[in-house]
Amino acid sequence: MNITKGALLRLLALLAVFGLVAAACGGSSDAADDTAVDDTAADDGAEDTAAEDTAVDDTAADDTATDDEAAAEDDAAMEEDEAMADAGPIKMAIVAPSAQDDLAFTQSMIDSIAASDAEIELSISDGLFVVEDAAAAIRGYAEDGQEVIIVHGTQFGASLIEIAPDFPETTFVWGTASDTQGLDNVFAYYPTAEEGGYVNGVMAAMLSSSGTIGVVGPVEAGDAVAYINGFVEGAEATSDVTVAVTYTGSFSDVALAAEAAQAHLTNGVDILTGTSQSVVGAVGVATENDVPWFGTQANQTPLSPGLVVASQVYHWEFVLDEILALRASGVLGGEIFEINLANGGLVIEFNDGYALPDDVRAAGEAAIAAIADGSIDPVG
Amino acid sequence: MGSFFTSAVLVATIASGLRLAIPYLLAGLGETVGQRSGVLNLGVDGVMQLSAFFAYWTVLETGSLWLGVGAGLAVGTVMGLVYGVITVTLGATQGISGIGIFLFGLGFSDLIFRRRVGTPKPIKQLPEVEVPLLSDIPWVGEALFRQTLFGYLAFASVPVVALMLKHTTFGMNIRAVGENPQAADSLGISVGRTRYLAILIGNVMAGLAGTALVLELGIFQQNLTQGLGFIAVALVYFGAWRAPGVMVGALLYGLVNATVLQWKAQGIIPREASDLASMAPAVLTILALVVLAGRVSPPAALTRPFSRH
Repeated sequence: MNITKGALLRLLALLAVFGLVAAACGGSSDAADDTAVDDTAADDGAEDTAAEDTAVDDTAADDTATDDEAAAEDDAAMEEDEAMADAGPIKMAIVAPSAQDDLAFTQSMIDSIAASDAEIELSISDGLFVVEDAAAAIRGYAEDGQEVIIVHGTQFGASLIEIAPDFPETTFVWGTASDTQGLDNVFAYYPTAEEGGYVNGVMAAMLSSSGTIGVVGPVEAGDAVAYINGFVEGAEATSDVTVAVTYTGSFSDVALAAEAAQAHLTNGVDILTGTSQSVVGAVGVATENDVPWFGTQANQTPLSPGLVVASQVYHWEFVLDEILALRASGVLGGEIFEINLANGGLVIEFNDGYALPDDVRAAGEAAIAAIADGSIDPVG
Repeated sequence: MGSFFTSAVLVATIASGLRLAIPYLLAGLGETVGQRSGVLNLGVDGVMQLSAFFAYWTVLETGSLWLGVGAGLAVGTVMGLVYGVITVTLGATQGISGIGIFLFGLGFSDLIFRRRVGTPKPIKQLPEVEVPLLSDIPWVGEALFRQTLFGYLAFASVPVVALMLKHTTFGMNIRAVGENPQAADSLGISVGRTRYLAILIGNVMAGLAGTALVLELGIFQQNLTQGLGFIAVALVYFGAWRAPGVMVGALLYGLVNATVLQWKAQGIIPREASDLASMAPAVLTILALVVLAGRVSPPAALTRPFSRH
């Protein structure tokens, strides 16, 4: 048999590619195991008391319900949980703009799905920073029969409006967004990120010796702008500090975020914060210069165990459990969910590795309590 | 906030601009050598991604910066060989092949990162090296002579590449096969070998660029380069296929970016204009390309595979 040189080279090239892919995919991987969420804790969820389910419901109606009504709701919720357990795992997919382990926006949702009480069979399409790619993934998942599709990015809204009406039996969960675009099969979710921003701002102002604090923001939109506005409000309400805010114009440019942090340090900043997955570069600059950092979206302590003071962490599991319960009862969409400090969807996680003075921590905790009870408005 | 026109702020801004320029310069110089031999590589960004990841992963696992640099270089070399096989030996279309290399680099680096690392973990960063005496010169010393080794390497490569292309036999061979490969071949120059070596130089320098970026930041993340390699290719056109021109383009890009960030930090650029200001480096590059259009010509055989038949 005659094999030409070109054919042989093509064959070798093909084999090399397969070899590389096999090498990358082979072996055990903790990271992969972590992200391939198949939450088998559903049985626990089904056996949970309904009181726990309703405890996270922040509607005022629950507070005024009579004991009989509460008992009836408990029974109904238990039936829903049992029905969900009987139906087997929920087929859920998530479409997200950044990596599932970005220690920021996307990871907050992945962690929350893992923490959900429901039994979920999860498919993940992350890193879809191109909206058209995300739209194709959303439609693909819907055509594949996914029951719940989490569209994790404000920028995917226009695509969702086109796709969702074509799949009336599918539940689309879109955030961060504060409206459902009038679609019956779309739930929306958003964090009141300004609340944690305010708390972090209070503590940052107390820690600052120079009186100047730097913020590295991405694009002036969504929960980023909410967090930053809350941070500025909290800092300025606490002491006479100057808060310099830089929006780099990118959610993911790590190098630009790092240089933005450097520019702040040149101007005498001694505390830094920022939001989006690009801030890993800025945290590196903070670490290099021994400057405390305040995080948001996910717990960013692993990035700088000695300098991350506290992080506002998004716990979406509260929203997910509500949405799955509604879907089980036949409601496929049309509602908007908010996570905040009061309902436990937002949590300020302090880093025990940072020696935070007692008075600063007390001020932070007081701000959390005041925002939760409504006595402080984090956006003035 | 403070004024922009203070020595401390100006020096810091220039230093920031130089840091930002280093990956553009390294990748752009390498691509200049490749294009002068007639080979366009749109896969620079993918090679940078791969090198950045393997350098990062090596440092994460071993703690050795030098092994990390070695890993980045090795990846650049391997990718150079791969691209040489694709474009020189197999004669594939360069533009599409380059995009394939880019997509492979982007996807493969992300895949292994997820499988082997997962959540971003910080590694130690390259230290700055001060040049004795020179680093003490007011203003200039702090900005120019307190760089990482990659900074010195990048700027030292400019005259090396320029002299190599203009005054060495190898450089003349590169230019000959980039302008008229048939004529070069008739004179006994091995077009294939010359292009292979030029591609290798280009990819090794792209590997160095990715390594420099990740070791400067001390962390890896999906799509770390953010299209930096494509800008480096554009800077080759901006620089009219000459090393000093590429350096001017890289410095312009880095310094404008650094100035915009500094002005944002100082509140000189209002928040309402923040996004517009972020476009400044790209807009300036496009303007320069428009001005230069028609005044300079690319290598005549750029993107054309060579065949004796």
